Amino acid sequence: MTQLALVIDLNVCVGCHACVTSCKQWNTSGSAGPLADFEPYGKDPSGVFFNRVQTFEVGEYPNTQTVHFPKSCLHCEDPPCVPVCPTGASYKRASDGIVLVDYDKCIGCKYCAWACPYGAREVDSERKVMTKCTLCVDRIYSEELPEAERKPACVMACPTSARLFGDIHDPDSEVSLAIRDNAGYALMPEWGTHPANHYVPRRKTPMHIHEDELVRVDNPLKVDRLLPKPAKSEPSLDDVMSW
Amino acid sequence: MRLDFSVLLLTTLIGVGQGFFLALFTVQLYALFGLLASQDGPMFYAHGSLISFAFLVAGLVASFFHLGRPARAWRAAAMWRTSWLSREVIVLPAFMGIVFSFGAAHFVDFRFVLATLPSGIAIDSTVMLGVLGTVLAFALFVCTAMIYACLPFLREWASTLTVINYILLGGASGFTLAAAFASWIASDLTRFFAGWALIITLLGLASRVASLIRNARLKPKSSLQTAIGIKHPRIAQKAMGFMGGSFNTLEFMHGKSNAVLRSVKWVFLAAAFALPVLLLAATLAGAPAGLLTLAFVVQYVGLLAERWFFFAQANHPQNLYYQAVA
Repeated sequence: MTQLALVIDLNVCVGCHACVTSCKQWNTSGSAGPLADFEPYGKDPSGVFFNRVQTFEVGEYPNTQTVHFPKSCLHCEDPPCVPVCPTGASYKRASDGIVLVDYDKCIGCKYCAWACPYGAREVDSERKVMTKCTLCVDRIYSEELPEAERKPACVMACPTSARLFGDIHDPDSEVSLAIRDNAGYALMPEWGTHPANHYVPRRKTPMHIHEDELVRVDNPLKVDRLLPKPAKSEPSLDDVMSW
Repeated sequence: MRLDFSVLLLTTLIGVGQGFFLALFTVQLYALFGLLASQDGPMFYAHGSLISFAFLVAGLVASFFHLGRPARAWRAAAMWRTSWLSREVIVLPAFMGIVFSFGAAHFVDFRFVLATLPSGIAIDSTVMLGVLGTVLAFALFVCTAMIYACLPFLREWASTLTVINYILLGGASGFTLAAAFASWIASDLTRFFAGWALIITLLGLASRVASLIRNARLKPKSSLQTAIGIKHPRIAQKAMGFMGGSFNTLEFMHGKSNAVLRSVKWVFLAAAFALPVLLLAATLAGAPAGLLTLAFVVQYVGLLAERWFFFAQANHPQNLYYQAVA
């Protein structure tokens, strides 16, 4: 069984919001109609976004890390938003595991949004239906796009390749490797939703300097070791210069 | 959680309608077994059913106002296998149909005897409709409450007490209305209804206080650490990703201060329980029966406050992601 998902590398994300804007651009231009935007240039703008980048500060000054945290629908393997939907508008595709909303069936009761612990769903108050990340279902299978571009818009836009896309049930896929090799984890595991999207944690990049890296082992004359060393009784360079 | 006033009206109005129907049929059952004088003429049940039906219709109408696309509401019956909301959508009209039929059967005096008990008591069509209505009334209470109680991460709701509260609070308001109704048209039942209303209101108080105590002792399971998956005791949000409003910042927060929340709690404890208990007890002790109408009005307002508090108290884990604008 296929389970398409995003793997987001928090070690690489720089918080540029390119995934946010590219997501909005693609999804507001699709056949489902524009996403609501109220007073986009006014005093109190509001509107629908499927993807947000949030920023957290971890630790206490001076030992802090700024973590940029992109958040969209996690396409849970056991999505709590699907069984509660009274009309069947909210569903999970058996073929690829994407959780979608059928906009023609949705009655806009918002119950699914209440049933999502991650706050991944947003009501479009213009279309009066529930909306959410579709994993760019209209891109990834589109035959009009070159094959290299059949990826979610956010993945295409990410300048640091912090967002990977693929099948997490395929053990050899790029996303499965990223999860396995870099300790990818799921959000709020306590609710048993089994999110398909995973996050790869911050990693320290330690520098190991060995003795043989300081001293050139291939130097036959050992010039490095023969630097002039004045005796303790002789004036040092500092003493000379301070005249 | 922020709530639509329409959901507030829906849950309280149908609660009154269900409780009131249960009160009506309780009288018929008592009369059937000779424990109460039977109500002469069909009008007691017919008028009563009409009142119950009116409350149910009002609740149903109110429910449409919280839908984005009310014209598609019929679709909501589709997923009854998995969704408590869908089950409610099926049970509510079914119950309304039975209430209407129950009233109509009494009105035209349609008493087709279906069975006779060994003691000679005839079980006629009105009794069967009443039994069916009773089952559906309880089913509707369970459906309405389970819509909230089935969400595990809304821990203030995910409890058996939610279901018990919906049953007892709906029952209490229905029986109080029945006491007022009896005082208008059939005074010999006033004390019967007032007595039951008093008992159910006190039971409701006990279970509501139990759920308040339970909720006060809840410790959150989700934290910022599990929300973003970083194991560090000190995490502070610096930006939620946008500075304008959004569904996430409006739908899941009640937007009132804790002081307001606390005062609403005392208001509903007084108006939904303490005052009606005093008024019902006073009537039982011989005070004028007109107080019963006041008791119902006060209790209904109290239940509106109770429902507001019920929604406002629920703390959605998604709020962990929206704690600082920038």
